[in-house]
Amino acid sequence: MLIKLSGGKVYDPANSVNGEVRDVYVSDGKIVAPDSGARVDKEYDLKGRIVMAGAIDPHTHIGGGKVTIARTLMPEDHQIDQVAHTELTRAGTGHALPSTMITGYRYAEMGYTAGFEPAVLPANARQAHMELGDTPMIDKGGFVMLGSDDFMLRMISKKKDFELIKDYIAWTMHAAQAIAVKIVNPGGISAFKFNQRKLDLDERHPFYDLTPRDIVVTLARGLTELGVTHPVHVHGCNLGIPGNVESTLATIRAADGLPLHLTHIQFHSYDIEGDRHFSSGAARIAELVNKNPNVSIDVGQVLFGQTCTASGDSMRLYAGAKNADPKRWVVMDIECDAGCGVVPFRYRDKSFVHSLQWAIGLETFLLCEDPWRIFLTTDHPNGAPFFCYPHLIKLLMDRGFRQDMMLKVNPDALKYSSLPSLNREYSLYEIAILTRAGPARSLGLQDRGHLGPGASADITVYFDKADREAMFTTPELVFKNGELIVRDGKVIKVVQGATHVARPEYDKAVEKPLKDYFDRYHTMRMENFRLSDDEIIEDGRGEIIVQPTKARTQ
Amino acid sequence: MTARDEGAGSGERPTPELYENVTCPFCGILCDDLEISRTGSTLKVLKNGCGRAHGGFERTLPPAKPMVKGKAVELPQAIEAAAALIKKAQLPLYGGVATDVDGVRAALSIADRTGGVIDHALSEGQFRNLKVLQSTGWIMSTLTEARNRADLFVIVGTDVHKLHGRFFERIVCTPESMFEDKPSKRTVVFIGEGLDTSAAKGPRIDEVITLPCKLDKVGDVLAALRARLRGTDLKALETTNEAASSTSDSHRPGFLSALRPSKRAAETTSPAGPQAIDGVSLADIDALAERCKNARYGVMVWAPPGLNFPNADLTVQQVSDVVKDLNLTTRFAGLSLGGNDGVVSGAAVGAWQTGYPLRLSYASGKPDYDIYRYSIGRMLAEKEGDVLVWVATISPEIVPPETNLPTIVLGTPGLKLKRTPDVFIPVGTPGVDHVGILVRCDNVVSLPLKNLKRAPLPRAADVLAAVEAAL
Repeated sequence: MLIKLSGGKVYDPANSVNGEVRDVYVSDGKIVAPDSGARVDKEYDLKGRIVMAGAIDPHTHIGGGKVTIARTLMPEDHQIDQVAHTELTRAGTGHALPSTMITGYRYAEMGYTAGFEPAVLPANARQAHMELGDTPMIDKGGFVMLGSDDFMLRMISKKKDFELIKDYIAWTMHAAQAIAVKIVNPGGISAFKFNQRKLDLDERHPFYDLTPRDIVVTLARGLTELGVTHPVHVHGCNLGIPGNVESTLATIRAADGLPLHLTHIQFHSYDIEGDRHFSSGAARIAELVNKNPNVSIDVGQVLFGQTCTASGDSMRLYAGAKNADPKRWVVMDIECDAGCGVVPFRYRDKSFVHSLQWAIGLETFLLCEDPWRIFLTTDHPNGAPFFCYPHLIKLLMDRGFRQDMMLKVNPDALKYSSLPSLNREYSLYEIAILTRAGPARSLGLQDRGHLGPGASADITVYFDKADREAMFTTPELVFKNGELIVRDGKVIKVVQGATHVARPEYDKAVEKPLKDYFDRYHTMRMENFRLSDDEIIEDGRGEIIVQPTKARTQ
Repeated sequence: MTARDEGAGSGERPTPELYENVTCPFCGILCDDLEISRTGSTLKVLKNGCGRAHGGFERTLPPAKPMVKGKAVELPQAIEAAAALIKKAQLPLYGGVATDVDGVRAALSIADRTGGVIDHALSEGQFRNLKVLQSTGWIMSTLTEARNRADLFVIVGTDVHKLHGRFFERIVCTPESMFEDKPSKRTVVFIGEGLDTSAAKGPRIDEVITLPCKLDKVGDVLAALRARLRGTDLKALETTNEAASSTSDSHRPGFLSALRPSKRAAETTSPAGPQAIDGVSLADIDALAERCKNARYGVMVWAPPGLNFPNADLTVQQVSDVVKDLNLTTRFAGLSLGGNDGVVSGAAVGAWQTGYPLRLSYASGKPDYDIYRYSIGRMLAEKEGDVLVWVATISPEIVPPETNLPTIVLGTPGLKLKRTPDVFIPVGTPGVDHVGILVRCDNVVSLPLKNLKRAPLPRAADVLAAVEAAL
């Protein structure tokens, strides 16, 4: 069946299409080249509409243990947004910590067709994938967490053969069915278990003979040599601490040209100027990011309202637990592998600190010059729930709106940020890069995030409204693999997305020391630690797409 | 049937089939290092089985057929009969839910479709934990973390060895540790009387200390421990007794009740205040406080089913509070065991699919959560609901409460039913008769369950889906 989307204004940055009026053809779930002779079975007249690929969220906490701990922790947050079932859709709850089905429906209703869970603990990977499996509509994938796990720290500190370290990274990606690797507070989660409360980039770990710098560099190099497309995804040291801009800048320098992605960088861009010793470091960060083409970032924008922070960073979340709102929180030490912290939080526009966090995020967006190296995230739900994205897009695209909002926040905070002086407005083309083409390229999703022939027909059609928030909140049409799944912002067909993974090569010999390690120390057998494909896809839970990796190098 | 069942072949061989790395579904610790052989439909645990594992895997299944009104029928007829009963109902109750992740998923799906209430058979115990989680939260550890890191185990009011026969072997008395070539010794403190301490032995174990008190007073001892950790002089509290007593709620005793030298709380009082809390001397409490403060990584262990007395959530609350206090200077964490019969999986899947850890109703179309109102035990006792669908696939002990409602049971053969249900459908046990996944007691790790091909019984998930499809 050939579908023609006629006469829409197309923004497809991966193919350098900037707002041209074009027809888009879809056949068998894929975008196809125009063929004037072919019979069109179904045509959509899209005059005056904006056409983009389906949006991709490269960093959203939607599945896995800590998310479900957060869901369990916050029943009152669900009670304000309980969602009834329909003929098509399941019941659930929404707001800051939406249940899995509602997560899928609402992402699709906002024009998103993929979302990636960035903190899959190896020990919890099975549950993360079960939750992602219960998240319909969108494609998904996970970044597996390394860098506070005993096996890795042990190998680095004992200066084991680097090829073996690479084998272990690759093995873990296979075992956890991941597309990328994340480090959270390098070594810090482990150090916290030894009663260390802070670990800076060059501070020695209390037990292993190494520093966080060693961990970042090892994983950055390891992933590069393994040919994994997405660079090591780093949640750096000192999350949320005034002055952490220094360790963030040092982390960028530590990569020394190796590919590096710094996530929710807003939370790591705090300087210590002013009476309150808390000011924006965004300009310093942006300057260095602009100079280092090996570095990409996502922002982790803060927006005001109730949410719940959830992170693998047990050390820093424990430190922040005194600010829990409401006053309840969870911290866990997990399996000599990782950790987690869950702390409810309410960002208030009258608060100096929260307003400054808000301003720092926006500054970061406006000061970073290359839209291909910055992705639009709130670190859902940490900075704000994902349903706030259209509001954030309007803040970026509409200077007048931004100025109006600046009148509502704590005025003192704006004195410690350059935000009031920034006039940049994002274009639709740039927004399409931030939310589609950029994340797809960075994650190595070959056939997602663009509208060229061969791409999967994940397409979002918007009314071209001057109010960009309204426009991005309610797309007119959303197609997934060529099927119309959303009309006028409502789900009309429930589908199951794919799970994207990357499978770099490794030498199976790594399983010998690993098996011995599991048998001696763990409470789980290595054989049961590994997640099979069947566990992910059975009972009609979509397909696994193995994205290509480059050849392994030394 | 799932993909993982296929290609396994069903032809019986005379030589026993051997299975390694088998996960045991019969308690919440989910040991996954068992070796099991099968000859025909008979399983034998060869390695690493505790009493419960032997009992579970080696239980002889009585022959079982789907039954409607006590008469054997074919499966499709039983499914039709179940669907007919549910279709007539205004408020179906989905109880038991003692099944694997896919079983919970299917139960939630049909409950959502039919506007029912869903609750797990072992919820009562689990809510002793969840009430604390949902009011103050906590700091927790997991099995591997505790196994390698802890230098002090405090067992809180729970006969752990009786509930989990391999906990001490696998977590406490292990010969090796990740962090020390020559692992140092560990201290084990039992708070509560009558707890089996016999498994806390071997080269890793240093001292074993028992602070005997009635199990429902363990929370008082912890409150006193916390007070001492904060430097409160308990003997000085005497003058505030009356004020504390007059404001206390007799149904929900706060921790101050322990500090009151009433006859109940303190056996030995002197003009200088209590010398003991519920039989545990203040000197012993002080000694424990010192041990806790000096521990590098202490773990407080309990199992919700072990705290089987009214208001036991307040005991869990004391654990949470004392652990939080200790983390100001050292590292300490809670470790909750229990979790049998899929109760942790039920809460986890419920929470990720609806936001709520079961005890929820879909009657309005939306999920509504109320841990008192949607207790199926309470609802049956107060004659709410009009059909009971009971799922019990793991232990034959998970039987429905007494009720006159029409009842549909999806059960393991040999389930100890007190009366013949309207519809009985024998289903497989996950990890024995079919593959599956369960979430472990620490709520982090989930384990794959193997198909040991004991009996060709359907999955509860598939039967529930078939009933839903027949509606």
